[in-house]
Amino acid sequence: MAELQVMALSHIYSKGTPFEQTALRNVTLTIPQGQLVGIAGKTGSGKSSLIQHLNALLQPSSGTVLLDGKDIYADKKARREARFRVGLVFQYPEYQLFEETVYKDIAFGPGNMGLSQEEIDERVREAAGFAGVEEALFEKSPLELSGGQKRRIAIAGVIAMRPEVLILDEPTAGLDPGACSRVLRNISRYRRETGSTVVIVSHSMDDLAAVADRLLILSDGTVVMDGTPAEIFSDPERLEGLGLEVPKATEIAMALRRRGIHLEGAVFTHAQLKAAILKAKEDAKC
Amino acid sequence: MLKDITLGQYFPGDTVVHRLDPRTKLLLVVIYIVALFAASSWITYALVLLAVLCCMALGHISPGNMFKGLKPMLFIIILTAALNVFYTQGTPILPGWKITWEGIDRAAKMVLRIMLLITGTFLLTYTTSPIALTDGLEKLLSPLKKWKVPVHEMTMMMSMALRFIPTLIEETDKIMSAQKARGADFETGSLIQRAKALIPILVPLFVSAFQRADDLAVAMECRCYHGGEGRTRMKVLTFARRDYIALTLGVVFLIAVILMRKCGI
Repeated sequence: MAELQVMALSHIYSKGTPFEQTALRNVTLTIPQGQLVGIAGKTGSGKSSLIQHLNALLQPSSGTVLLDGKDIYADKKARREARFRVGLVFQYPEYQLFEETVYKDIAFGPGNMGLSQEEIDERVREAAGFAGVEEALFEKSPLELSGGQKRRIAIAGVIAMRPEVLILDEPTAGLDPGACSRVLRNISRYRRETGSTVVIVSHSMDDLAAVADRLLILSDGTVVMDGTPAEIFSDPERLEGLGLEVPKATEIAMALRRRGIHLEGAVFTHAQLKAAILKAKEDAKC
Repeated sequence: MLKDITLGQYFPGDTVVHRLDPRTKLLLVVIYIVALFAASSWITYALVLLAVLCCMALGHISPGNMFKGLKPMLFIIILTAALNVFYTQGTPILPGWKITWEGIDRAAKMVLRIMLLITGTFLLTYTTSPIALTDGLEKLLSPLKKWKVPVHEMTMMMSMALRFIPTLIEETDKIMSAQKARGADFETGSLIQRAKALIPILVPLFVSAFQRADDLAVAMECRCYHGGEGRTRMKVLTFARRDYIALTLGVVFLIAVILMRKCGI
């Protein structure tokens, strides 16, 4: 079990200086075990600040975060425990790779947990499998690999700690479409097979629509929309007002509807769009 | 946490001190340092202190910000004071004690001198943007070009280094967070363990710094940068009346301090 509860969380950067900036205002939300939550919002809306509180990296100005009902900010031990239970993959995580070999880099996290050699080995291989890192790469230097490979290695480095909650900040940013969908597929598979909670922060509504059970929209440090993708994408005007886009599939569906073609149900993935168009064609024939 | 360092920080503003030509300010700091080391009596120290306070008031620099900058030097200041108090010969303040009146006098002067030295140079960096500073330095040192000293290249390197300090600090912060998220521990353990804990930060930092340097070099070449030869400036430095007034005041101040020293005041 791993349920995250964010309680009245506020964060102000550089408090008491001329550079003071409020990143989060009184955010309260619950993320139940096993959910795949997508977080969206334009730059500076507080997405990155929010997720850095979920594993006690940033100290909140007020409020707190509970993991299974226990305060993760209670003391140093609780903070360290939260970092092992809640795995955080940063934006452009390939910049954190430092070891001589891919294997050693993935083993860095489990090594810090004080596990035995066999246990570390098992976890490295398992994580590499989940993240799509071929074992042939294990003895290579991470610095000489491609961007997509580096990204997968960095993700494996966090998965190797077997976090109950996996958080990824813009996991697909800067990747080509192939590498992009591969990363998303791997994340979905990881959740399916381990039952862990996953939180993905992304600009790309297409990515979020494809994988998320629930979407949180942040604006100016508060959660302004919270619901299933179907609910969120039913209000495209509001999303645009918040500086966000709807998925491509929804955009096409809207355009078709404006031209009088009747499409049934909520449409936000390619599969749904395809099904809806085929259905409409079918109906038109009758 | 790393962002709180005020090393060489610039506080933008629009005061007389901000508007002075950077060359004037550089020269004034040199004059000021010479005067500070020429000062010997308490009266001359008071004069130097008064000068600094006037400049601070003119530049709208709050004493709070000054003290924040002095904090990292606290250890050196205290050490200097302690050494001077205990190792100066003279009349002891109490019979049999090591501490002498002369020692206290000298320690107090040394502390004041170090603090004034730092304050004076901070006054320069607080009120002058790094770009203006290096521009001024290049202009001041340009006579050296006759002897084939690469003045332009040196100041260019300096301004780039200054420009990238905040970027590198931010980068370090990010890498530290990422490694902390993987359970790295920088706060506990023996000295050797802590030194080893730095490797996961330093390696990615160097890799990205070299990458950045490469990118910067390409970007500069794309914009046809080829060194200082025949290069013109967007902001041409010119001396205004306030610069002549400031420099005159500075020279008068220096002469006054030197005269006071000669006359033993």
